[in-house]
Amino acid sequence: MYKIVKKEKLNDIIYSMWIEAPEVASSVQPGQFIILMISERGERVPLTVADFDRKKGLIRIVFQVVGKTSEELSTLKENDQLFSFIGPLGKKTEIENYGKVITIGGGTGIACIHPITRALKEAGNEVISIIGARNKDLIIMEEEIKKASTELIVTTDDGSYGRKGFVTQALKELLDEDPTIKKVWTIGPPIMMKVTCNTTKPYAVDTIVSLNSIMVDGTGMCGSCRVSIGGETKFVCSDGPEFDGQLVDWEEFSNRLTRYKGMENESWDKYKNHQHKCKCGRRKN
Amino acid sequence: MAEMISPKERMKREQVSMPEQNPKERACNFKEVPLGYTREQAIYEAQRCLQCKNAKCITGCPAEINIPQFIKKIVEEDFPAAYNEILKTDALPAITGRVCPQEEQCQVFCVLEKQGKPIAIGRLERFVADWARNNNIHGKISRIERKAKSIGIVGSGPAGLTCAADLAKLGYEVTIFEALHLLGGVLVYGIPEFRLPKAIVKYEVDEIKKLGVKIVTDYVVGATKSVDELAKEFDALFLANGAGAPRFMNIPGENLNDVYSANEFLTRSNLMKAYAFPEYDTPIKIGKRAATIGAGNVAMDSARTALRLGAEKSYIIYRRSRKEVPARSEEVHHAEEEGIIFNFLTLPIKVLGDDKGNVVGMECIKMELGEPDESGRRRPIPIKGSEFTIEVDLVIDAIGTSANPILARSATGVDTNKWGYFIAEDKTGATTKEGIFAGGDIVRGSATVISAVGDGKIAARAIDKFLSSGKSLKN
Repeated sequence: MYKIVKKEKLNDIIYSMWIEAPEVASSVQPGQFIILMISERGERVPLTVADFDRKKGLIRIVFQVVGKTSEELSTLKENDQLFSFIGPLGKKTEIENYGKVITIGGGTGIACIHPITRALKEAGNEVISIIGARNKDLIIMEEEIKKASTELIVTTDDGSYGRKGFVTQALKELLDEDPTIKKVWTIGPPIMMKVTCNTTKPYAVDTIVSLNSIMVDGTGMCGSCRVSIGGETKFVCSDGPEFDGQLVDWEEFSNRLTRYKGMENESWDKYKNHQHKCKCGRRKN
Repeated sequence: MAEMISPKERMKREQVSMPEQNPKERACNFKEVPLGYTREQAIYEAQRCLQCKNAKCITGCPAEINIPQFIKKIVEEDFPAAYNEILKTDALPAITGRVCPQEEQCQVFCVLEKQGKPIAIGRLERFVADWARNNNIHGKISRIERKAKSIGIVGSGPAGLTCAADLAKLGYEVTIFEALHLLGGVLVYGIPEFRLPKAIVKYEVDEIKKLGVKIVTDYVVGATKSVDELAKEFDALFLANGAGAPRFMNIPGENLNDVYSANEFLTRSNLMKAYAFPEYDTPIKIGKRAATIGAGNVAMDSARTALRLGAEKSYIIYRRSRKEVPARSEEVHHAEEEGIIFNFLTLPIKVLGDDKGNVVGMECIKMELGEPDESGRRRPIPIKGSEFTIEVDLVIDAIGTSANPILARSATGVDTNKWGYFIAEDKTGATTKEGIFAGGDIVRGSATVISAVGDGKIAARAIDKFLSSGKSLKN
């Protein structure tokens, strides 16, 4: 069992938790992920590590409520225990001193980009971070990212905070201004990562994406997470999660993320109905 | 105590068949198919055993069970003694009694095999193990001298569990590392409930725990810690992490939404209990028309699982003919009884999808058999112009596995062959690094539960010899 040591609600839909998992914390590297289960009946959920504390043996996860499991996870309290927590899984980010680089995070991807940004800066890079969300309330971990990078740019779609517009607009400006930018990392919703890749393509700047496929074991055993990279089938869990974004078959990747949409909705509806315990009739079963 | 009957009478008797759930009924549930012998049936069958002085059946058993001896105890109606006799060498009797291909192992050597009615050794083994479990009879644990040497075992499948049990009985400190959240490896993620109930796996694993074996779940050796690091903490290691990675056919459309590896399909259903969705959270595709590619035991398990989940039609697509089918004949027979449709001499060439990535069909080509290939089986050759489309909405690739590289990457000096499997000596399981042993599917490729059990035993013996000679990985 793995204890939730600290829980924070970052906004209406995004939560942060520090989990006691000393073995994972001792060997985790930026870019890697974990898989957790809430209970024996739960599903196995992969989450990219948002932060870690080797000394205290803690791993930080950040998640958005998007379905039954994430909603159930959000109801857990400090000192509650998770049934299963494995990792670190996947390959680590290739951290070296590239010179000037950009890291981009959108939504919960902001959390995923955090340890990568920090490690890049520690390796001597000049790191410009761009984080974005629909509006001000959905911007998370601003202070941490600011600390981890050399320069921070915040964008919101509606202009309620930082610059108005998408992360890719800010990215384009940077690429136009500075031809010495060596590499870009982008983590967020598939569409954001795809558009980022389209933006960097004319500049021929290496662009690394981190994919969040549906997984079961997360150790290369089932192939649920497979994705076409440059026409070749790769497993996100054991070959990734980071890939050259220009080579990703985004349509196939996005399609495979919808594999269980119907059942996921059914499960969430059932959960919500079950949670609604008054007698007004909203609870169906 | 039942009477010993005369040899003449023994030869006259027919093999007692095993009662089974009716095919129509069982095709809609996940309950076990064979129901097991009753006490009377077991005794009647056991009485047929000729009690050969030089019993050849034992030579066919990788678990080294003294078969005539335990059968004799059944005739004597001393079931606890029968149970303890089996447990002496086989820590997983209810499991091996169910999933061993006895017809190719022990029963092949039975004198009565020549008359086509060998003793049903597996059924008797299963009876004894089930009887003990149901009557709360446990194996005798003899007092053993504790040895101050420790062994780390990677993987809790049949090889790892067997090796752990044998070493624990010798007094060693044994720790098993399991990557998943449950113990049993392929016994829990691979073999379906209707062939091997998970409660039985749990029971036999718990019995092994009682021997003092330490268990660490959620621990991915190769990720959480490397083999190199573990080698510093233990006196010897046994690597038995299984074959791992699924193979695909590499045909167009294979990454469409509803194409699964058998590993994924079965893991969702067996380990994660997706068949009980939404009571369990893991979803699985309920196909109306399911196509399973391949004809091994895993393919039978997949096709029969798809059927039980609700498929109206569940096909097996196999590029060779019925004669070459690698699955156990019992499994094929069960599948056919349940209504699985076999398409022999058929090769898929393309999976067809709609604009959302969902599978709508599969293009196949008919095959004919040519000259024998390197496997000795006649090579299937496509028949030009015989392409046709089959309407399916779920495709399961059950064409085998290859070595998962995660563990090997972290094991310096432990050599693998060109397919990525560990190189290990047949008679000891010794790898190219002294003190590190390996067995099961990560050495053999996709093999059987019983061969993994055998590897676990061989390695345990070799590890004992290694440690007894004063050697250790730590030196």
